[in-house]
This record gives sequence, structure tokens and C-alpha cells, in this order.
Amino acid sequence: MADPGTGRMSPTAPMELLVRGGTVVDRTGSRRSDVRVVEGTVVEVAEGLEAAPGATVLDAGGCVVSPGFVDLHTHLREPGREEAETIDSGTRAAALGGFTAVVAMPNTEPALDSAESVRNVHALAQGAMAHVAVAGAITVGRAGERLAPMAELAALGVRIFTDDGDGVQSAGLMRRALQYAMDLDVTLAQHCEDKSLSGGGVMHEGAWSSRLGLPGQPSEAEEVMVARDIALARATGGRVHFLHLSTAGSVELVRRARAEGVPVTAEVAPHHFTLTDACACGFDPVFKVNPPLRTDADVAAVKAALADGTADAIATDHAPHAPELKDLPFDEAPPGMLGLQTALALAVTELALPIEHIVALLSWQPAAIARLDGASGGTQGGDVAPGRPANLAVVDPVATWVVDPAALASRSRNTPYGGRTLTGQVRHTVLMGEPVVIDAEAQR
Amino acid sequence: MAERERSHTRPRGGIFVPKAQVMSADDVRRAITRMAHEIAERNRGLHHIALIGLQTGGVGIAQRLADTLAEVEDVEVPVGTVDVAFYRDDIGLRPVLPEATTEIPFDLTGMTVVLVDDVLFTGRTIRAALNALGEYGRAQAVELAVMVDRGHRELPIRPDYVGKNLPTSRDEMVDVSDEGVVIGEVLGR
Amino acid sequence: MLSSAKCWAGDLVSAFPKHLLAMDDLDAGAIGEVLRVTDSFAEVGRRANPKVPTLRGRTVATLFFEDSTRTRMSFETAAKRMSADVLSFAAGSSAVKKGESLRDTIETIQAIGMDAVIIRHRSSGVPARVASWVEGCAVINAGDGWHQHPTQALLDLYTVRQSLGGGDEGLARFAGLRVTIVGDIRHSRVARSQITAYAALGADVTLVAPSTLLPPSLEGWPVASVSHDLDKVLATSDVVSLLRLQAERGSGEYVPTMREYTAGYALTARRALELPPEAVILHPGPMIRGVEIASEVAELPSARITDQVGNGVAVRMAVLFLLLGQPASLEHMSEPPDSEPIGGPAPEGGPRG
Repeated sequence: MADPGTGRMSPTAPMELLVRGGTVVDRTGSRRSDVRVVEGTVVEVAEGLEAAPGATVLDAGGCVVSPGFVDLHTHLREPGREEAETIDSGTRAAALGGFTAVVAMPNTEPALDSAESVRNVHALAQGAMAHVAVAGAITVGRAGERLAPMAELAALGVRIFTDDGDGVQSAGLMRRALQYAMDLDVTLAQHCEDKSLSGGGVMHEGAWSSRLGLPGQPSEAEEVMVARDIALARATGGRVHFLHLSTAGSVELVRRARAEGVPVTAEVAPHHFTLTDACACGFDPVFKVNPPLRTDADVAAVKAALADGTADAIATDHAPHAPELKDLPFDEAPPGMLGLQTALALAVTELALPIEHIVALLSWQPAAIARLDGASGGTQGGDVAPGRPANLAVVDPVATWVVDPAALASRSRNTPYGGRTLTGQVRHTVLMGEPVVIDAEAQR
Repeated sequence: MAERERSHTRPRGGIFVPKAQVMSADDVRRAITRMAHEIAERNRGLHHIALIGLQTGGVGIAQRLADTLAEVEDVEVPVGTVDVAFYRDDIGLRPVLPEATTEIPFDLTGMTVVLVDDVLFTGRTIRAALNALGEYGRAQAVELAVMVDRGHRELPIRPDYVGKNLPTSRDEMVDVSDEGVVIGEVLGR
Repeated sequence: MLSSAKCWAGDLVSAFPKHLLAMDDLDAGAIGEVLRVTDSFAEVGRRANPKVPTLRGRTVATLFFEDSTRTRMSFETAAKRMSADVLSFAAGSSAVKKGESLRDTIETIQAIGMDAVIIRHRSSGVPARVASWVEGCAVINAGDGWHQHPTQALLDLYTVRQSLGGGDEGLARFAGLRVTIVGDIRHSRVARSQITAYAALGADVTLVAPSTLLPPSLEGWPVASVSHDLDKVLATSDVVSLLRLQAERGSGEYVPTMREYTAGYALTARRALELPPEAVILHPGPMIRGVEIASEVAELPSARITDQVGNGVAVRMAVLFLLLGQPASLEHMSEPPDSEPIGGPAPEGGPRG
């Protein structure tokens, strides 16, 4: 879908679809309801609906029916690294994870820093199994030197800009970018990492990095930039979204800033609330991510941030890498791990939060940050209500399953959760009225 | 110390349970005296004789033989020790560890070496010892003295001087010390 | 007279691990075993023909992705003296330089058939990764990144044990021994191995370095104390182990100048006089005379730096012997000993654990 705002019905969607027997959960609360979808649009939300002849019926017994999930942080790798992931394989993984939209990070090769490169991704994403919203680069080539043509990209529907993979190192440049972004009504998303502190670090700096003899990134490398960008957001009024917060200090900074009304939002990646730096003990680069896995105290802090609203969203930072790159020595291997297909289950398994809270973190809250929600004219998030585009995730919150890396839809296999039994499974995903996933199986 | 073949296998957590004492301390002393006489008889003058005890069970016996020869024949024969761990043919098949270092502070070239061990079993230890000795010179001849020959040879090796021939079953163990010779079995393996 | 039942438990060899990746792999019992076996191989080294047939028919590969002629020669000499066949893969000339991945290289080597692979790599953890890929092949860490260099630590222990009288008596005297490790601990694989090794034998380890050259965290390290004043600890040091300071690290990033480092942390002739008379001075080499150690100090009888090099071959023979002499069929032999992990926090088990 080139423009998630247009809300066209999928050409392969059935005329009528009935999601029956579930509990609808959205911004307005939760209630036992069936959902009738006609021509890609929700037409009826009520108990005891009867299927019309020829309608496709999805059994949602025991399940939560939520607006489709929105991932603020997906690396689709196309163009440039198609051996690791393509838009096709990445959106299939997204659909299996309950996501009906993903924000594609711009650190492709070449970077998404021009109208031409954004149009190219839009074209490649036609007919994909999830909406692909492009995040544009803040600076040309993500080099942190000159601003990218943000207005041209905004005109193509880009609502979020980031140099993810790197933070904008220059405070002056970031300040100008925020001022410019204000005019365009777009959000800047920051990968917070001060390179002068993190330089060369390949894991969290602490007891484990010291013991393993690996160069570390101190927590301050992240926190210094979080603090800086809070100051800049306060001064300019520009919106800053903090990508993958990982430290207790960052969480505390954001918590205070939000209390003061500074326009900042934040996301947390599933690995930062499930894994710690101790995982590096076998030097397996599958555990190498950036920001790095932190300590138990940091895990507790980011969980608390998700619980108390300091963090708005769970975002996967889905970062596929070809196996040969993850066979490199720990310090040479690229950072990143898969995330789309395990995000919901990890949240259900590891966060002691009600399912209503978890789907909020995965669905309408990130949709609002990405400006893909109804209020922004988009098709995502919001309410499951008559007249809304039918983007739905149907989740069984008590089903258990075992992660099999070979069975994942991604072209890569770099998940650290292989063999793990998780609770919470995406049963069906409906994209613009089309059931793209039925009973945890991709339909195309 | 238990007999050498078994000690090499180092029964993990095994407990040696004695069944019967087959030689007393006096029997051992008498056997050593007799073997010393036999060595002296066969090697008149004892001029080119060296005693080499196998680590660790043969070392004490070699020294006692030397002491007896000094007493009876008034000749000081040189005494050395050899550890055969590096020469065994079963490394990787069972745990083998050197128990002590080899000490042969004299050239063996032209000497008649009497290898001394506590128990002769399969003969593989002696084969390894013969290889090890080769590093210390070309001996004129090598003879073998053991306190107990328990049979079950796997190689064409026979002793020249024997304290006692002791028929055993393969599973049994023989423990030789100054206090005597005990036959028993190992439990818990 | 029938003696009561004899229990061999106390007489048993400590279980030896399958690989030697870090000093943490060896408990005090296993370290003692290495040193005892080293005695036997040291005797072999003194013979006119210092060669034994122990590893006849076995193949050992040295895989040095980072140049170290000294360490590679030491390992290769050790293997050859045990009659092993030695294959030397110099990373500079092999397919590695042509873009072949580490894993492919290892798979090739394993297909050729190796009993042991000895690895040196600039990246921490490479030997551990290789150990997770191979089967039926022992992996020996010959130095990885800043992580570990266990055979260097073992030969240091052996050298110190010699000066403590040797044998099990010498080994027992490590208890309470005051060991001072000086220099660039942050970037030192030797220090990480030494600290674990000395502590395993009961020594009290003191680290002396500027804060910038200490690891970011010493949490869980078996270190008795940390000092930034070498002069204050010399009088109470039984062993002083100096570390190599790499020249590029003195360029202002970690210490302002070499002169300043030398003034504070080099073992000068004046400082050597402060040491107790029996103290031992060690350096893993190659030394930067005048920066880490004064030339005249390196020549003192208490400086055992040449002994260290000589002992390296015998220690590495012992390690090869203990790793390859293990019966592969007796799996229970290689179970880890029941002892507390030495040094650092116990791994909390990643999600795969």
C-alpha cells in the first residue's frame, strides 16, 4: 500500500468476513463482540452476529480482537540487503506477528533520504502483507552532516524521520532538524547513542563486558543524548520519539520530561525487557544488538516504563542479518535480531500486564506516533467500529508455542529465542479485510 | 599404592575392598632378599647393574633391592625411576597420567638395567618402560623384577625375578606395599 | 594384616575440560594437575632427545589470526616434542585473507581431521565460538582479544611455583601469596587469566593501574585490593607481574604520555629495591624496557622472564596431554568439578540455557 491513508480494500479480500466469538479490545475498552467486515470495512460490531452465505468466518473463541499492530521500528533491508530480508518476507513476518503496518527504517542501501528512494519502497510495497510506512532519513546518507529533503519526503506521506542505526551526533544539527520538522508537522525519532562515549563498544559496559574482555557502551552513551534531545524538544517544541530505550536512566529522564509536558514519546524493544548482558557470556552474536542488552535493573526499569505509560509502544527493532554475518566474531558481527513474530508473545510472557494494556502498546499507541491512526487520516489503530478499515489482530493470550527459527517467515534466522516456549499467539491477522493470517498460517 | 596397571586407570570414586592377604610384610622382605641374591648371582660383580623402579609402585622396591645388595654384596648400584605415561599405547582410551617424573641421572649405555615393578599384569607398562629407557642410552641388557606376577599377559614379556606368582581373575586387584600384598576388588565403578 | 578399605577419591585426577578457553575452565585441582604434568614434561625437555611418542598419530593445528611468533612456536614445539603432526594455518597467507569466513575455515580444518585446534584471534570469544562449532576436537585458546590467555597464566603459575620450591609444597604456598599485577589490565587477556588463576590457588591479588586502564567494572573479580600507587604496595608484594602497555594506548587516550605512565607505574631499579628479597618479577613479554620495566630490573635474578619463556613449552605439552589424553568415550570423565566458579559472576543462563 503506497499510502496507508488511502484505505483501499485489498483486491484479494473476501466480500464478507466474520470474526466470531472473541473479545474486542480497543481504545474504548473491551467487550464480547463479533466483527462483521464487508469490502474491507468494519460494518458491524455486536454479539451474536450470523454469517451471511459465502462469508469467511474466523473463529476468535477465547481470543482478543484488537486493531492491527503497528511496528514503529522494522528493518526490511530492501533495497540493498535482500539476502537478509525483503519487503515481501519482512511483511509476511509482520503479518504473522499480528502487525498490519510497519514503519520501515531508512538505513537501507542506499538510505531512504530522497523522494526517489521513498517512491521506490512504496512501489515495492504494493501488495505486501502489511502496510509499509517509510521513515525518512534526517540527514543525507544518514551521515549526520546535512539535512535530507524532509519536505519532499513529507509530501510523499513520510511522517517520521530518523537516522536510526546512528544518532544525530551534532546537537546543533538536531536542533535545526527539529525546527524544520515543526514546519512540516513530522516527528523525529532518535537512536540515542553518543559516539564519543560508545565508540567501539559492542555490548553493555559493565560487569559482563569487563569479564568477557569486550569493549562496552556505557549507559551514559544513551542517556546523554536522551537528555540532550529532551532539552532540544523543550526548547523548540518539536516532537522527538525515542527509539528503543534501554537504560533505567533514560527511562527516568523521559518520565520527568513527560511530566513536564515536553513533546517526547518512547518505545521499548522486546529484547530489552527479556534479555540481559549476561547473554553475551557465550560470545554468540545473536545476542548482539544496539543499544546493547543491559542489566537486570535496566530490564526492570523498561518494564516499569511500559507499565506506567512512560513508554508508549513496544517496537520490535526487527533487524535481520544473514547467517554468515552472525558467524563473525562478536565484535565484528552486525547488531540486531529478529522481532516481528515474537513481539506479542514476549510481551504476554514477560510483562505482567493485562492483555488490554499490551495491545495498546502494540497497536493504537504506536499508530498515533507514526500518524497512521484514524485521527491522522490513516487506516491503523484506533477503534474497532463500523466505518473503520478492517485491520485487525486476533490474539490467543493463553496459547503456548515453541519458537522454531527455521519456521520463521524472515529470510534470516537471527532470533535468540529459538527453542523457547512462549505464551500468547497471534491466531489471525486481517489486513484491509483480507485474512492474511489464519490459525497462525500465512495465507499467501 | 595399588598395582600399576590399575592405578593408571584411576578408578574414579572406586573403593578398594581387600579380600585376602597373600603376602605378609615378612614375606615381602624375604622375597626382596631372595631377588637381590638372584640378581647378584646372575650378574656377577654387579659392576654394570642399574636398578630402575617404575613410578610409582616399583620405586620403593627398587630402593629396597639396592639397599639389600649394598648390605649383602657391599656394592652401591645406581637407582633411577621411570614414568611411562608418555610412552603408553592407550592414551585416549583411558585416563593416563604421569605420577612422578623420570629420574635417571646416569647414562645407561653399556649397563644392564633391572626394571623393577610391583605387579606384572598385561605387560603393556613394561613395553612402555622399554621405550622410555631408550631415551637414556643403549643398555647392554634389560631384565625385569616384579614382586607379583598375576598373569593375563597381552605381550611376549616375562619376568626374570619374581617375588610371588599369584593366579588372579582379571577383575581382581592386587595391592603391594611394605606391609604386604593384598588381593581384593574395587567397588563402585 | 588387612588394611581397611582404601578410597581412591582423594587420589583422583580432577576432571579436565574438553577445551581450554579460559582459566575459569580449570579449578584448583585441575591447575595442580597441569603443573604436576608440566614437571614430567620439563624433565623430557632436559633430555638429550626431548621427544616422546605420546601424541603419535594425532594432528594439531595452530590457527593464528593475529601474529605471535613466540606463542605459536611455543605451541608447535610442544606438539612436535610429543610427536603430534602439526599444521600451521597462518591467517595472513590462508584463505581467511581472501574472504573465507571463520566458520568455513573451521569446517575445512575439521574435515581434514584435527585432534586439537590452537587459536589466537584479535576478537574476544572466537575460541569459544569455534568450540561450539567443532566436534571431537579440543580447542585451546592461545589468546583472544582482551579476554583470556590461559596458557600464559599457567606458565606464570609454574614459574612462581618453581621459585616457591616446586612440587606440591610450592603449590601449597600460593595460599595467601601476595600477587601484584601492574599495568594495562583493561586491555589485557593475560591479566584476566592471571587473576583467576592466582585466586584459584588462594593468592591475594592486588591490581595497580590508573583508573583508565582498569576494567569498567571489577564486580565479581577475585581481587583483594586495587591501588593507584605502586610505591605503596611493593613492600608487601611476593610476586610482581607487569603487563604490556601498547604504545598506541599511551597516546593520550588512556594515559596522557608514556613518560607519565612510566613515572607512576614502571618497575624502576629504585622501586625494585622496595620489594621483599624473595619477591619474583614476571612479564609476559615482549617487554618494553624503560616503559614497563627498567632494563636493569629485567636482568635481576628475581626477574624470571626467561624462565617464563622456557616453561611455556612444557606447560603447553601438559595442556595438550591433558586435553588429548582424555578418553572421549568416557563422557563422565569430563563433567565439570563440583566447585564454585572462580572469578566473576556466574553466568545467569541466557534464554538458551
